[in-house]
Amino acid sequence: MLDLDRYSCLGGALRDALDQWPNETCLIESDRDHEKIRLTYSDFKAHALPLARALEDADFHPGDHAAIIMANQSKWLISAYSIFYCGGVLVPLDFKLTPLEHLQLLAHSKSKFLIVEYHLWRAITQAPDFKNHLLKTVLVTEAPPSADLAGAYRWEIFRRKGEPEFVKRDRADLACIVYSSGTGGRPKGCCLTHENYLEQCKALISLFPFQPGNRYLSILPTNHAIDFMVGFIGPFVCGACVVHLRTLRPEFVRNAFVNYHINYVSLVPMVLKNLERGLMANFALLPPVKWLALKGLIAVNRALTRQSPNVKLSRSLLPQVHKGFGGELQAMFTGGAFMDAATLQFFFDLGIPVANGYGLTEAGTALTLNDFNPFRADTVGKPLPGVQLRILSPDSEGIGEISAKSKTVMSHYFGDPELTAKTIVDGWLLTGDLGRFDTAGHLQLFGRKKNMIVTPGGKNIYPEDIESIFDGIAVKEFCIFASNFIWPVKDMTGETLLLVLHLEPQQDIGTQLKEEIIKRNRLLPDFKRVSGYLLWDKDFFRTASMKIKREALAEEIRRTSSRASVCEI
Amino acid sequence: MPDADQTLEQILDLAAKHFKVPRDKLTPDDDFFRTLKIDSLQALDLLTRLEQHFHVELPDYELQGVSDFRTLASRIQSRL
Repeated sequence: MLDLDRYSCLGGALRDALDQWPNETCLIESDRDHEKIRLTYSDFKAHALPLARALEDADFHPGDHAAIIMANQSKWLISAYSIFYCGGVLVPLDFKLTPLEHLQLLAHSKSKFLIVEYHLWRAITQAPDFKNHLLKTVLVTEAPPSADLAGAYRWEIFRRKGEPEFVKRDRADLACIVYSSGTGGRPKGCCLTHENYLEQCKALISLFPFQPGNRYLSILPTNHAIDFMVGFIGPFVCGACVVHLRTLRPEFVRNAFVNYHINYVSLVPMVLKNLERGLMANFALLPPVKWLALKGLIAVNRALTRQSPNVKLSRSLLPQVHKGFGGELQAMFTGGAFMDAATLQFFFDLGIPVANGYGLTEAGTALTLNDFNPFRADTVGKPLPGVQLRILSPDSEGIGEISAKSKTVMSHYFGDPELTAKTIVDGWLLTGDLGRFDTAGHLQLFGRKKNMIVTPGGKNIYPEDIESIFDGIAVKEFCIFASNFIWPVKDMTGETLLLVLHLEPQQDIGTQLKEEIIKRNRLLPDFKRVSGYLLWDKDFFRTASMKIKREALAEEIRRTSSRASVCEI
Repeated sequence: MPDADQTLEQILDLAAKHFKVPRDKLTPDDDFFRTLKIDSLQALDLLTRLEQHFHVELPDYELQGVSDFRTLASRIQSRL
């Protein structure tokens, strides 16, 4: 692997990686059961440099912001490298946002360049606000030959001959603006520096080093901080290979493990649960004798690997299970949302260790990770090298807000000094999550202090961001809360959103209003929907500027109402 | 080729059978995530069943922003 202390920027590290392992495979892209693309580091360079040169010729200057809106695929990484090569700032946006949200974040991030998949671009061009965009150059991938690109260029032919000029950046320079929340309220654009990424990468690969020939299955969206790090930067600076799938259908994901002999993968809890369900269904089909035998072998494996995983031993004890994952899986990573301990234990007992971690975009990627020494299903591990964690104002059980200090913590929120000052205090990042350390130094999570949820799919949802969808409903006032913000629980699973309705005097919640709420709710992506409403009969507490005082309102609701008062939508 | 109404009916039948939900509990405008109590991966699984049934290939992004059977049916119908 490269010695990352020698580098001042991601572009420099990636450039050396391409030269260090020219003949190693760095990218495989598969669509369903057929392979679309396989690139060596040398091929990758040959694709990226003419794009970098074309960007420079199109007046892309160092420090300019360029957004990418794409599902995981080779063009994502090639484009990102070209942007870094030119000294640009990458703005990776979630391709699952709506066209309106895309336009809002493009404007907020001051992106001048955009690289986007055709079907997403088509949707963006049909959004009402499209004509107001300030993009200078748009590159569209995989557009049909006769498509109207609304002034955009085709990515595939946006190339120029000639050596582009490599622009070196300093460690303190901005590398990416990563949005940790949506758009309706206050976009949180986390400004991550080259140092943030280089230090994060160094810490992660000190625990889980990739080797040339290793294969990492990239399933989490690459715009997500975790996949950007372990599905791009990490493997590349170690000469390893990233495998992309153009579909996330469970059957093709399962096939990919086998077809590409995957060594590592990061998963959100929802996908891990899906794999668990699939395995359990297969076990249920076994004849009773075989099922008993399997249970015995699982128990033996558990006993023999209690102190430390031993994948070779586990593969010999449970060959059929491991063959189903390609036979070379070393470990899986999960984080972002709290994982069910029973699921982690299920996989560990099969000899497939899942390293559970904890992090947030504001902290780069991960702050803690389980190192399997020994495996712990009930914690999110110990702080990564270089990370200091403190528990603020711990209660009698030692539980308090987790704060972090590390070279991986973001520089600031883009264009929001006020929020930055509230979030990073005296160099410590206030996470808003509640936790405590056990006697072994492992961090345990116990819910959130902040009004937000994280879905099993790993999405951060801030209630304020989705209120605009209910604007104009026929009530006196309304607002949205994370249920656990009102009624705290020492848990981070099963989080839901709640619509608080204050009706007009004498108004009843009738069928028409309920239907309107259901209709509006459906306009939100499924993971952002509210799951219930609560009727509230007092005026909301408000500031002088008429903003809702959410903490005071939540406290009052908590004092006078229970969860049982919530009506399901 | 089935017409739009037939496509919708067949999707409802197939969803009911696949997720073991009484057919009469499903209506075209239902939010299938809620009615079937499924997550987005299980919805993709449903998409695979529908591809096999209608002999058509549906990219994952066809499901983006879709949560009711009627819209899903129109997406499929446009590719038949």
